[in-house]
Amino acid sequence: MSTTTLPPGVTIPPGLVIAQPTQDILSNVKPRRGFFGFLRRYPTIAIGGGLLLMMLFIAVFAPFLWTKDPTALAPALRTREPGAQFWFGSDMLGRDVYSRVLYGARVSLLVGFSVAFFASVIGLTIGLISGFSRLADSIIMRVMDGMMSIPPILLAIALMALTRGSVQNVILAITIAEVPRVSRLVRGVVLSLREQPYVEAAVASGTKTPVIIFKHILPNTLAPLTVQATFICAAAMITEAILSFIGAGTPPIIPSWGNIMAEGRALWQVKPYIVFFPAIFLSITVLAVNLLGDGLRDAIDPRLATKL
Amino acid sequence: MWAYIVRRVLATIPVMAVVALFVFSLLYLAPGDPAAVIAGDQATPDDVERIRASLGLDRPYLVRFGAWVWDILHGDLGTSIFTNLPVSHMIAQRIEPTLSLMVVTLILAVSIAVPMGVVAAWKQGTSIDRAVMAFAVLGFSVPVFVVGYLLAFVFALELDWLPVQGYTPFREGFIPWMENLILPAVALGGVYIALIARITRATMLEVLSQDYIRTARAKGAGQRSILFLHALKNAAVPIVTIIGIGIALLIGGAVVTESVFAIPGLGRLTVDAILRRDYPVIQGVVLLFSFVYVLVNLLIDLLYTLFDPRIRY
Repeated sequence: MSTTTLPPGVTIPPGLVIAQPTQDILSNVKPRRGFFGFLRRYPTIAIGGGLLLMMLFIAVFAPFLWTKDPTALAPALRTREPGAQFWFGSDMLGRDVYSRVLYGARVSLLVGFSVAFFASVIGLTIGLISGFSRLADSIIMRVMDGMMSIPPILLAIALMALTRGSVQNVILAITIAEVPRVSRLVRGVVLSLREQPYVEAAVASGTKTPVIIFKHILPNTLAPLTVQATFICAAAMITEAILSFIGAGTPPIIPSWGNIMAEGRALWQVKPYIVFFPAIFLSITVLAVNLLGDGLRDAIDPRLATKL
Repeated sequence: MWAYIVRRVLATIPVMAVVALFVFSLLYLAPGDPAAVIAGDQATPDDVERIRASLGLDRPYLVRFGAWVWDILHGDLGTSIFTNLPVSHMIAQRIEPTLSLMVVTLILAVSIAVPMGVVAAWKQGTSIDRAVMAFAVLGFSVPVFVVGYLLAFVFALELDWLPVQGYTPFREGFIPWMENLILPAVALGGVYIALIARITRATMLEVLSQDYIRTARAKGAGQRSILFLHALKNAAVPIVTIIGIGIALLIGGAVVTESVFAIPGLGRLTVDAILRRDYPVIQGVVLLFSFVYVLVNLLIDLLYTLFDPRIRY
């Protein structure tokens, strides 16, 4: 019964019995390690990331996914219902909605990722400067307060009204509209980090300010910034679609989800599929990015998880 | 308290000034020469120059900014390039539908979102909580025009319960007015409800873990009175704050919602102005919305003292 092996030379004194190993009260919990363990712990990251990768795949390989030229006109084949010839139907100029929607993923993802990247970099720079220079802070934050008082979509609309519609200008306009929020976030993090004992210790031991900023402060702003960047990415994709939808975004020649919906608008009561297919793709993509952001927030900072 | 109110009101002046400077620069940088447009095709360069001087367009940037602010303070937002009507007049014509849409959305969203957040916090970790959180993620993800078209498709086209599009002024009766507004309000409210419900839940969770909640329980207070009297009251400040900040979402969303439901409001005016590059109108609408946004948030900051008498700045 007892499988306990005794070291050589040790004997059990008479009258004593070795205790049996007690059974575990708690059942064994397999530690979730490695990549797949991480995904199982944070299912939202797995779902969001998976969906996003799928959209990325669609965007990159759009030409090979049985698509036609998304801008090719076929006036004889206008507004066909979804079927074997046109999987998602055709629009009022006879263009294949399936191809247009797949190519549209390129615009949305490009705008979302670019805005998230540029807004983070610019916001980080501004936030670090205003977190460390009191003089700059008072000026910068007044300007940011003013910009934040203009609702971001209106700000983007106003900026787009100044320029020609192009993907670059859309990215620029949405980036400008998002920067104030990022700068505020980074500034807040910097101000609270500056009070931390380890920063005080670094100052006391004579560390130069640039080293403190880049070695002690900057790395700690990256976690909240990454989470914020995913939410900016989601917001930027929606804003791009809205701008295109109301005719202030990407030029109509480029198939973006907002443009396809804008073109389907006139016919939507009789041919709702022209509007609904891009709408579904847009919603899924934004949902994927939001889920990814929620998961990242839980993974990076568990304390925040209960808060929001 | 008066010192706080005065200081808070004064603090909005620099913000408004930055907004004004920003919006003015928009027109200043706008492409196209209004003088050349007004002068017409037959005009000589001298004529254009004369018109430019008469419009004051040859003056320096800051002088023009000063003159522009002076005009705004007198209620003059400029003249539309396209219709030749005063911008303030055009805005006044379009303000009722937008205001109606926003007020209905606001009331609808707050009365749905706050109870949702409270219940989610109360039943933390249960399927009710998870359903509320899932709804919140969906609300953030599905864009306003997608919800709009979906609602219009189901409730107007398929079921034929409500009108598909359009707007009926309030003076023609409450019921027709409401019938036209209910779908747009639900569509527009989606993101807003998600935002408020999420913040309400988070704040309530924090408050419910406080000692005084345990005390209230210990003295035998009922569940309802704990939730709504003890907890919600103490969670009011962050919730009211997010209601104010979220109005930016309503303003941005209204532009789209009005396009989807063909409501002749300020959003529609903005979209038309963009298509026609009617800069004074764009400027006027952006300025108006921003000032309303600043004022609403100022009002909410002042309300803090009511919810939480400890607040003294």
